[in-house]
Amino acid sequence: MQLCSFPAIDFNRQPGVGAPVWRGRAANGDELHSFARAAREVGARITAIWGSDRRAQGQGYRLQCVFGIESGHAWLSLDLPAEAPSYPDLADLFSTANRMQRATRDMVGIATIGGDQRPWLRHGGWPEGWYPLRHDAGEPPTFQNRPTDYEFVQVGGEGAHEIPVGPIHAGIIEPGHFRFSVVGERVLKLEQRLGYQHKGVERLFVGADFARGAQLVGRVSGDSSCAYAWAYADAVEAACETAAPPRALALRALMLERERVANHLGDLGALGNDAAFAFGLTQFLRLKEDWVRLNARLFGHRFLFDRIVPGGVAVDVDAAGLAAIVEQCGAIETAVKELRGLYDEHPGLQDRFVTTGIIDRDLAQELSLSGLAARATGMLLDGRAHRQGYTPPPPYMALGVRPATDERGDVAARVAVRFDEIFESLRLLRLLAVDLPGGALRVEVAPVAGGAGLGVIEGWRGEVAVGVEIDAAGRLARVHPHDPSWQAWPALEFAVLRDIVPDFPLINKSFNLSYSGVDL
Amino acid sequence: MIPLLRHIFRTGILTEPLQAPDEGPQRELERLHDELLGILGRALTIREVDAGSCNACELEVHAMNNPYYNLEGRGIKFVASPRHADMLLVSGPVTKNMENALLRAYECTPDPKLVVAIGDCGCDAGVFGKSYASCGAISDVLPVDVRVPGCPPTPLAMMQGILAAVRQAK
Repeated sequence: MQLCSFPAIDFNRQPGVGAPVWRGRAANGDELHSFARAAREVGARITAIWGSDRRAQGQGYRLQCVFGIESGHAWLSLDLPAEAPSYPDLADLFSTANRMQRATRDMVGIATIGGDQRPWLRHGGWPEGWYPLRHDAGEPPTFQNRPTDYEFVQVGGEGAHEIPVGPIHAGIIEPGHFRFSVVGERVLKLEQRLGYQHKGVERLFVGADFARGAQLVGRVSGDSSCAYAWAYADAVEAACETAAPPRALALRALMLERERVANHLGDLGALGNDAAFAFGLTQFLRLKEDWVRLNARLFGHRFLFDRIVPGGVAVDVDAAGLAAIVEQCGAIETAVKELRGLYDEHPGLQDRFVTTGIIDRDLAQELSLSGLAARATGMLLDGRAHRQGYTPPPPYMALGVRPATDERGDVAARVAVRFDEIFESLRLLRLLAVDLPGGALRVEVAPVAGGAGLGVIEGWRGEVAVGVEIDAAGRLARVHPHDPSWQAWPALEFAVLRDIVPDFPLINKSFNLSYSGVDL
Repeated sequence: MIPLLRHIFRTGILTEPLQAPDEGPQRELERLHDELLGILGRALTIREVDAGSCNACELEVHAMNNPYYNLEGRGIKFVASPRHADMLLVSGPVTKNMENALLRAYECTPDPKLVVAIGDCGCDAGVFGKSYASCGAISDVLPVDVRVPGCPPTPLAMMQGILAAVRQAK
């Protein structure tokens, strides 16, 4: 099948019941670049880029690119020769490809022809020219861990100066470095340097079995554990041409929506706090605590770690548990409605929220943004919802999800989308709880040697994608987990440009991006 | 303003007694507070450092400040600078890319200082282990006083870990 009006590549639908994925192969770098150009012209997004070393199989390297298209996702791979693994720079078409390409070079040693060649994940803890994901990498050479200098883009002119922030921030948050260039209090430029959370997750997947893979993938970004575990399970099931039973799919959705509500509750409180409204933090953290305590009671874990596994789910809920969920949804809905009224009516809070940290819809499109940040610019993009040419995977297919959007693109819009998404998730939770299908919780997944699959899940931030390749022995050859923060971090660099330095914490919190999810 | 005050009034005080599994409820909280004052003569300040976590430990650190656990109400406060801290609360594993920053934060913390390692990854490197990118547990990089395992540890377990570190220092 042809995608994005590009005749040269034939795409085939991936098996399984997950979100629709179309797989194709580019014959060469030019064809990849031409497809990317055609995709951009029809409004597609770049979702993920990663590389794998296939020399042990007598091949070269393989570049994997995933594009978000109208009907789902197009997964395009390009084989590269072992002696000259390079490919055309896609950042001229999709600017957010930049960091993904640099990370691919740091990890596998396949690089773009031209373009930004600065390292991204490698800070100096291991030597240049040693690539952790090459099959013959072995142990790294003994090396002194000295942070390397990083070439930040300099801003000149009278009165311009830099404010370096991080990696350890003032609050209780993950590490990363922000370099502000300012005149007075106005932000002229923000450049991020991430990678501090890089703990080598991708290499740990190599040679692991499916169970160990599930354990790791659920800890790529702890706040999105369900989204990652489900995307990974979808990918493994597609690779092994099997599918989870209906009850498992409904329970996965139940857990994913509970994860979404938990995070939105926490963020809404923190957003109030960052605008000096401590009342909001106290109230929302109280609701979040009630919420995660029920998780612990019914599912055995406050954040639902390790409950979604390849083949199905590892936990069941009885009728009393489902009744408790429905009852809690009612209580939380009443409380959040009341708090929303208080937020909306608070002049000091609205003064900080409205027109702060704006990104418009064109920019969101340009940056391939997904998730709540994209919907807060008016985009009707939600992997759980029907749209022109796209049918969501079960169980969302039958739930009629109404995506929350707001046209304004500012902090206030991201707050409003969070509120609306809480109400929608509560509605979905009730639907799922009152009509949970019976049957098995889990099927055995027999590994298919050489199989490959891609899972995409609409997590609370946006699209979480996990690509899986299986080796000849039926173990994991390569897993690439991909966070929507790859696209949203650059959006944050733009969002601060019309504002002042003291607005940054608020704007940052309105996105609440994952560091661990992109640093891997 | 009136609706706000009404909401605060209706919510009431939610803070729960800190229960230790091996001890009766109620007492533990008061003893914690008394001990802290006895040892330090003032409140305890903590600098939390994420040295490479998946961010779940940080979610639970935040939860310690929710009204149910109300850590700050017990005189224990998170501060922005290690120079203002009595204790470092560190989640792991310690990545190679964070090793230097963590060591500098430790050096900046005035003596006598306490280090509490939180989470399975902070205690023994957890699922990530030692690798080209990970130095391993917090104790592979810094002297650690108390370890609080869990993936992530519950807010209650962390509060008990903080208390244990203070007790040890006595």
